[in-house]
Amino acid sequence: MPDATFLDSTELVLNMGPQHPSTHGVLRVILKLDGEKVLGTDCVIGYLHRGVEKIGENRTYAQFNPYVDRMDYVAAVSNGLGYCLAVEKLLNVEAPPRAQAVRVILTELNRIASHLIWLGTHALDIGAVTPLFYCFREREEALKIFENYCGARLTTHAFRIGGLQYETYEGFEREVKAFCKMFGPKVDEYEELLTNNRIWIGRLKGVGVLSADECKEYGVTGPLLRAAGVKWDLRKAQPYSGYEKYDFEIPTRETGDTYDRYVVRMQEMRQAARIIEQAVENIPEGPIMGKVGKVIKPPVGEAYVSIEAPKGELGYYIVSDGSTQPYRVRVRPPSFVNLQALDRMVRGGLIADVVAVIGTLDIVLGEVDR
Amino acid sequence: MPDEQKPEGSEGPPPAQGGAPTPPAKPAAPAAKPAPPKPAAPASKPPAVMMATPWDSDLARDLTDRFPGRVLATSTYLGQNFIVATPDGAIPVLEYLKLEADFDYLVDITAVDWPKRPERFDLVYVVYSFARNERVRIKTALPESFHPQTAIDVHLTANWLEREVFDMFGIEFAGHPDMRRILMPEEWEGYPLRKDYSIIQQDQRWVRENLGIESGQ
Repeated sequence: MPDATFLDSTELVLNMGPQHPSTHGVLRVILKLDGEKVLGTDCVIGYLHRGVEKIGENRTYAQFNPYVDRMDYVAAVSNGLGYCLAVEKLLNVEAPPRAQAVRVILTELNRIASHLIWLGTHALDIGAVTPLFYCFREREEALKIFENYCGARLTTHAFRIGGLQYETYEGFEREVKAFCKMFGPKVDEYEELLTNNRIWIGRLKGVGVLSADECKEYGVTGPLLRAAGVKWDLRKAQPYSGYEKYDFEIPTRETGDTYDRYVVRMQEMRQAARIIEQAVENIPEGPIMGKVGKVIKPPVGEAYVSIEAPKGELGYYIVSDGSTQPYRVRVRPPSFVNLQALDRMVRGGLIADVVAVIGTLDIVLGEVDR
Repeated sequence: MPDEQKPEGSEGPPPAQGGAPTPPAKPAAPAAKPAPPKPAAPASKPPAVMMATPWDSDLARDLTDRFPGRVLATSTYLGQNFIVATPDGAIPVLEYLKLEADFDYLVDITAVDWPKRPERFDLVYVVYSFARNERVRIKTALPESFHPQTAIDVHLTANWLEREVFDMFGIEFAGHPDMRRILMPEEWEGYPLRKDYSIIQQDQRWVRENLGIESGQ
């Protein structure tokens, strides 16, 4: 309890959101304040709840595939990959090598696109307007590749259970290579604007610290965990889709504050480009679809499969009763779990830091609420 | 910690665990009936139970020895290991895994509804160990009226995860400090992920009062 001020009014309860621009969607945070100091928070979520898991139980395996794109809609490709891998696990099939390589390329492109949204909006929240335009400029190039590949820019439905629906288009490799070549210097450009910027450092350093132990305690994964010094990335720890073939680093930092998370994500974008470069260099020839029947009917059983989505561990727990529809689809969303740590990160800080911390959590409310 | 003191003898009141939770370890009696007189039945029908095999490892043996009567089975399916525990065994196992076996990351808590079973719900915990790079599921079958102990004392992340299970299935966790709905509106009636909740069902009263429309359909 705070000491009483001379006004005798110690606490103020303030609603932030659900229509506040810096809550990145429809997140409502109830803040308990003492002046500018945050005494505690309570998140109200669910405004975007569409019952994705319920829908899954009422669609066939293939029909549900496009729905998962609508959770983390800025990283739809990752959502689709996780779902396809989970059903493939139940079916005990694997996508052919060519499909895996294309999946890696598109997923990493999507990681870049997702991180660019994070960077642009996070910087905007802090007060740097310029990076937003830079980020969206480059993101556009990635989205064009998605559009050329499958016709959609955002909710791509790029993959199918068992592999891919579409062959790569004419010029796919050229465009992907051109993107990688273009992208490296662009990251330098963002870094020039921000990394040593006094205001940027002043607003981010020491803000929203989450230590490695706290991350584990709260189940927080992804860049937040790595910024706290845990070298853990599912692409390395439990490789899927042939990630073990590519040479890349897991960037980590030590203190786990907002600035460290910025550095980690910037490095991750560079690493993603590095993976894409390697993958596009030698996409194996061959079929793009594995041995999956027209009717997908996994045997009775269950599986939990997770991938390293841009936001952290994205898991699918699917229970099959042997029919053509999943008996239960559970999505383990990284945004939902990470958001829970918000209170720990902002308690005792200033109200302005709440904005920085929501930005650095990199949540997508579509995924929080499902 | 507080869960430890649950006496072994208190297994009586909780649900009849003999009722074998869905996935018995053995591939018991595959339902592939020897071809009913269908003329062109090409292959034998896939079995109607999960073809899990026993999970043979030090950890599995250790758990079975340490929690007799509370760890019912340790199995593997598709290379993924899971433990079947009694409802009062789940938290002690979770705690043991965290403190003694480095499973320090609670990945997820979720449930599955099996309305026809006497133990209506499967409660599923997924844990991961950074040190061992290993993932394990703990499954426990609960009757509808049972209030499982909260896992918050073991893993803080259980807070929201259990709230979501409560919100969607109506499973109330005993000892949870904040057992409120999390995704659905607080006054909503019904638990959407139960199997008897239709996909187009809604809380008409809530919709009328809060949205000012007759139906959201």
